[in-house]
Amino acid sequence: MSSTHPHITPLKVYFLVFATLIAGTWLTYFVAYKDFGWLNTPVAMAIAIVKAGVVVLYFMHVKWQSRLTMMFAAGGFIWLFTLFAFTLQDYFTRSWMPLYQ
Amino acid sequence: MSSTVATPAAEPRTNYLNVDYGWKSWVFSTDHKRIAVMYLITIAFMILVGGSFAILVRLELATPAGDMLQSETYNKIFTMHGVVMVFFFLIPGVPAVLGNFLVPIMIGAKDLAFPKVNLLSYYIFLVGILLTLLAAAMGGIDTGWTFYTPYSSTYSNGQVALAAVAVFITGFSSILTGLNFVVTIHKMRAPGMTWFRLPLFIWAHYATSLIILLSTPVVAITIVLVALERLFHVGVFDPTYGGDPVLFQHMFWFYSHPAVYIMILPAMGVISELISAFSKKRVFGYPVVAFSSLAIAVIGFFVWGHHMFVTGQSTYAGVVFSVITMLVAVPSAIKVFNWVSTMYKGDIWMTTPMCFAIAFIGLFTVGGLTGIFLGTMGLDIHMHDTYFVVAHFHYVMVGGMVTAFWGGLHFWWPKMFGRMYPENMGRVSAAIIFIGFNMTFFPQFILGYMGMPRRYHFYPEEWQVLNVLSTAGATLLGLGYLLPMVYLPWSLKFGKVAGKNPWAAKGLEWETDSPPTTFNFDKVPVVTEEAYAYPEGARHQPEAKVV
Ligand code: HEM
Ligand SMILES: [Cu+2]
Repeated sequence: MSSTHPHITPLKVYFLVFATLIAGTWLTYFVAYKDFGWLNTPVAMAIAIVKAGVVVLYFMHVKWQSRLTMMFAAGGFIWLFTLFAFTLQDYFTRSWMPLYQ
Repeated sequence: MSSTVATPAAEPRTNYLNVDYGWKSWVFSTDHKRIAVMYLITIAFMILVGGSFAILVRLELATPAGDMLQSETYNKIFTMHGVVMVFFFLIPGVPAVLGNFLVPIMIGAKDLAFPKVNLLSYYIFLVGILLTLLAAAMGGIDTGWTFYTPYSSTYSNGQVALAAVAVFITGFSSILTGLNFVVTIHKMRAPGMTWFRLPLFIWAHYATSLIILLSTPVVAITIVLVALERLFHVGVFDPTYGGDPVLFQHMFWFYSHPAVYIMILPAMGVISELISAFSKKRVFGYPVVAFSSLAIAVIGFFVWGHHMFVTGQSTYAGVVFSVITMLVAVPSAIKVFNWVSTMYKGDIWMTTPMCFAIAFIGLFTVGGLTGIFLGTMGLDIHMHDTYFVVAHFHYVMVGGMVTAFWGGLHFWWPKMFGRMYPENMGRVSAAIIFIGFNMTFFPQFILGYMGMPRRYHFYPEEWQVLNVLSTAGATLLGLGYLLPMVYLPWSLKFGKVAGKNPWAAKGLEWETDSPPTTFNFDKVPVVTEEAYAYPEGARHQPEAKVV
């Protein structure tokens, strides 16, 4: 993408990423049969986040881009986080006021 | 006739308009200026469509009884009015027309960074329009432009899924334009065009583009979820499957509050240019105005809950959103103060664009301040879903964005087409619009305060006087809008030839031909001064004033 020197990723990296993703999928399946109590969702989410991170960094080449591009990529996630945080702020506090009990 | 504007000697120079007349040279054009013109024509058509729906709404409300349209039809009419105006006029209006035309020229570039993507965004926009009109023709939608669940996802019988797809597709057009602007402004500035020499129009478009990129994907997904819910009962918003209808409102307003700034920020950029050019002064507090655009872009993301005070949203969340709403008004107020300070001791030249700019300041201030009323949680319990809200957002969107659009269009018209519009006609239409606008929407504040709910087509008799006033005002307003739609096309052939810089204004766009050549500049301009570098105490040339 960068106009001056396009980065060429060795095929090996792509296969490694692919293997990681398959392993992640398998792991998700595997942990779905174990009961970790309240940790069930966090564990599944953690695996998903690692997989997404690998895709963004390697498949989407963010790892080799300028600081500016990284900032924009990170910005997207920060904004996604605010969407979740400010929405959950509502859900987690609905029981605080007697009105809603 | 004096000869202040020289008629071209022999042959007009080649420019982006006369370079090729074949229809293919338009529909496959990647020239940002031609794409801007295509957007202009499309948007002019859409405002007529949206305006026709508005006329029906106002006619129906002229009498207290629901005597012209049936309730179901009335619901469809105001929904189509909202959808068409918001997604096909207000959001693309300034960026896709004026922004497309001016962003590359103002920063000294040949075109946008991705010209083909720009053309793609236009065609995506067109597909969105066609699908929306198709949905209207196939029975329409009656959910309101806000598509609230569970009505939209479970109960409504209209073409909600089709309309949802249309809005989803249109979103991509916005995203591509925003992406194009961000990359262009980062990468394609002419030598010497540093960030703090950028015109404020560019800062405003940069901030707008960031909002578009960060928020539009969310509404796209939300609206797809509504469609999926209707078709396959996924259950995200349906309590019987463990979903929550209020979640829709969170996701919808996460986009749609920032979207109101997508509409107003580019308009504010226009106003900064107009006020500076016609006061012949640098914009007061330039860096503050520039950063206030970014501040609006960021803070605007944390206030969406003010649309949800009367839903099941927790009181705690309501308080948080209410407090942050007070903050978001600060950068808007900064802009208003800075425009007024710019005019102070300036040499004010009351051209048509300046009339529109001053009208904007007044109308936007009323709209913004009433937003503060609504953002106050306690007060909003009373005002929510009344005509007070309708009046508020028409003051900011129509009084604000549309007024600025007219101002900008008149200001840059000579640049875009090389001809002057008739100045006195312009002033007359600005006056009619200002009077008609206030007559239409001020009564709605009073009606809303007295409790008239929005989206119903009957009301008690005692409210008829104010409603008739509003309908009469709307007629005047419509007339005011039609005038430029007649004299602007007329001026393409009969207007005076404009010359490079009819306003003697600063800015790279005034240094190139009118209309510009395909690549805007004969050689890459080198920027050596800040934006709006008018000398201290500059005055308009007296002979220039006689347009
Ligand atoms: C100056 C800061 C502003 C504040 C504090 C503000 C506040 C509010 C609040 C609290 C509401 C919700 C009222 C209710 O439904 O009960 C509202 C509605 C609305 N505002 Fe604003 N607003 C501001 C500026 C704007 C601007 C600049 C625009 C557009 C250009 C805008 C467009 C709208 C729209 C479209 C709605 C109604 C949406 C609907 O329910 O259909 N506002 N505003
Ligand atoms: Cu809002």
